[in-house]
Amino acid sequence: MTSLSGAFFAVIQRDLAIAMRHRGDLLNPLFFFLIVVTLVPLGISPEPARLAAIAPGMIWISALLATLLALDNLFQADFDDGSLVQLMLSPQPLWLLVLAKIIAHWLVTGLPVVLFSPLLGLMLSLPQAGFLPLLLGLVLGTAMFSLMGAVGAALTVALHKGSVLLSLLVMPLYVPVLIFGTSAVQRAVDGMNYGGVMAMLAAVTAFSLLLAPFAAAGALKVGING
Amino acid sequence: MWQWFHKLGSPRWFYDISGKFLPWLALASVVLIVTGVVWGLAFAPQDARQGNSFRIIYIHVPASFLALAGYYVMAAAGAVGMIWKMKLADMVMIAAAPLGAALTFIALFTGAIWGKPTWGTYWIWDARITSMLVLLFLYIGIIALSRSFSTRETSARACAILALVGTVNIPIIYKSVDWWYTLHQPATIKLTGAPSMHPDMFKPLLVMILGFYCFYALVLLLNTRTEILQRERRTNWVKELAAGK
Amino acid sequence: MSSQPLLEFRALTFERDDWPLFSDLCGELKAGEILQISGPNGCGKTTLLHILATIQAPTTGSLHWQGRDISRCRQEYLAAMTFVGHQTGLKLSLTPRENLRWLSQLQPLSRCSSGEALARIGLAGFEDVPSYTLSAGQLRRAALATLCMTEAKLWLLDEPLTALDVEGIADLEALLLEHVAKGGAVVLSSHQPLVNRAVRTLALDAMAEAAH
Repeated sequence: MTSLSGAFFAVIQRDLAIAMRHRGDLLNPLFFFLIVVTLVPLGISPEPARLAAIAPGMIWISALLATLLALDNLFQADFDDGSLVQLMLSPQPLWLLVLAKIIAHWLVTGLPVVLFSPLLGLMLSLPQAGFLPLLLGLVLGTAMFSLMGAVGAALTVALHKGSVLLSLLVMPLYVPVLIFGTSAVQRAVDGMNYGGVMAMLAAVTAFSLLLAPFAAAGALKVGING
Repeated sequence: MWQWFHKLGSPRWFYDISGKFLPWLALASVVLIVTGVVWGLAFAPQDARQGNSFRIIYIHVPASFLALAGYYVMAAAGAVGMIWKMKLADMVMIAAAPLGAALTFIALFTGAIWGKPTWGTYWIWDARITSMLVLLFLYIGIIALSRSFSTRETSARACAILALVGTVNIPIIYKSVDWWYTLHQPATIKLTGAPSMHPDMFKPLLVMILGFYCFYALVLLLNTRTEILQRERRTNWVKELAAGK
Repeated sequence: MSSQPLLEFRALTFERDDWPLFSDLCGELKAGEILQISGPNGCGKTTLLHILATIQAPTTGSLHWQGRDISRCRQEYLAAMTFVGHQTGLKLSLTPRENLRWLSQLQPLSRCSSGEALARIGLAGFEDVPSYTLSAGQLRRAALATLCMTEAKLWLLDEPLTALDVEGIADLEALLLEHVAKGGAVVLSSHQPLVNRAVRTLALDAMAEAAH
């Protein structure tokens, strides 16, 4: 018999191995992230004071869009080559395997965005106090984006409609994270305590962690029928 | 009880029985809405600060109420359809989505018209309006998803899951938007506070809300009946019906 | 010899938008049997196999595994069943060995190592090359290598002959015969006849015509 942890880690390991063999795809969300943030001074103003004022929101919005861009591929490729069906026919609980896929997906899309964000903060003249809450918030926030995004990705897996429908489905769910995430940074910049806001962000992410694997597993069972 | 439940699940039985309710519901909604409109527009006193422009609440408030309630109706129907595999519940859910989206749009639209004379602008990022806009996106997502699948069964299952996920997230979204608003704009203007209203203004509003509920039920029934006929078009009873029996 | 069927399906109906693809399909599969589902394109072969594999749910009807309703013992059924779909389920950027290693963590595939299985199915020397360098026939063989490794009693194979050459078909037939000789059972879909006298055929097109 296969073991629960064996299956869980095999899924993560395989998805990471595939990502490492398509390093170009790995960089796509990062370039997108960078491009959006480069457009901001060009479109608004190069003045550091004005950039600093909008930096928290801009970085969060581009991080959201960057992870959204990569969400499409969470189940789609596996569906197309038939390995998703093999995953679903495992005697192991599906929600656990789905969670493993979400974790792997976050490691290759969310985490790079998080690690990249200080650089963008620098480029947008984000005040020093904002960097730590930005990093912390993005860790929690991108995790939530991957978790809830998985439900949308599972529902649309067989539709081949591109990411437009997927964005429409998950964007409303991302609203609280965006609000809490940006205001945590803003409060830190304004010299206020941001612990409470961060706690709320953590609560939203924890709630998604409880809900999303089950919802996504259920959504997959429906979604693969197209 | 159980037998009744299963009977309710039969589209044909539902079609027959809902046909008997329809005239009464139609009558009730017409009477209530006409009364409410006439009372609200002609007889209710003017607002001290806003003059006559406040009268748009007689459409705005009931529409906003039902916009949110409609989402729960849809999600509940979806859950019933998913758990008991009841076709009829699926049909109610699919019928409820465009109706809810329309009401949400009406709420937003009347809000914008109301905003011009009161705030001096059509659009303001007020907590209520923003929440309503997010709700509209939730509805549009459901509608877009329901149109994307090749079979009705899959489509209904998928929409039910999305509606349920949306339902558990709505309180979080609303709370966060409220909090966001107080953060950026200390509540200086508060206009829609119903409890502070004069009773003479409030009574017609109550009538309108009731009227809107009846109207909602009426349109939901009509939509569902259309959905039933479409889905069951190959069955004998629908063919007989279409033949004008 | 027990006479209880391994797999039994009762009154399976599958409707797509209230239009029956097939209806009232009944049948059973005993240990040592091969059931071939045949019929023209679009008659529902893949759908039926998906239903048997519990990937899709039938509109009405039920499946029974060793006499028990499958909704009651799905985990057990999944552990006793292996499915090879029309799509190979292989990641092209991974090697055949990596693909099989991943699959063997998810499903009970421990009869032999992936290397032995790949050698048996004629892919010796290709274990560690990226799968995108393999031909369609070789990919099919790699997917069928799971059959050498699986402990499952029931094999569900959707179009297993696709892209296989004469030798590949012979290898597969040998595998099938070995499996049923040990008391296993196979359901496979194919429009070409298998050269095997033990095969029982379920013709879906005849069913479909009877239904209309």
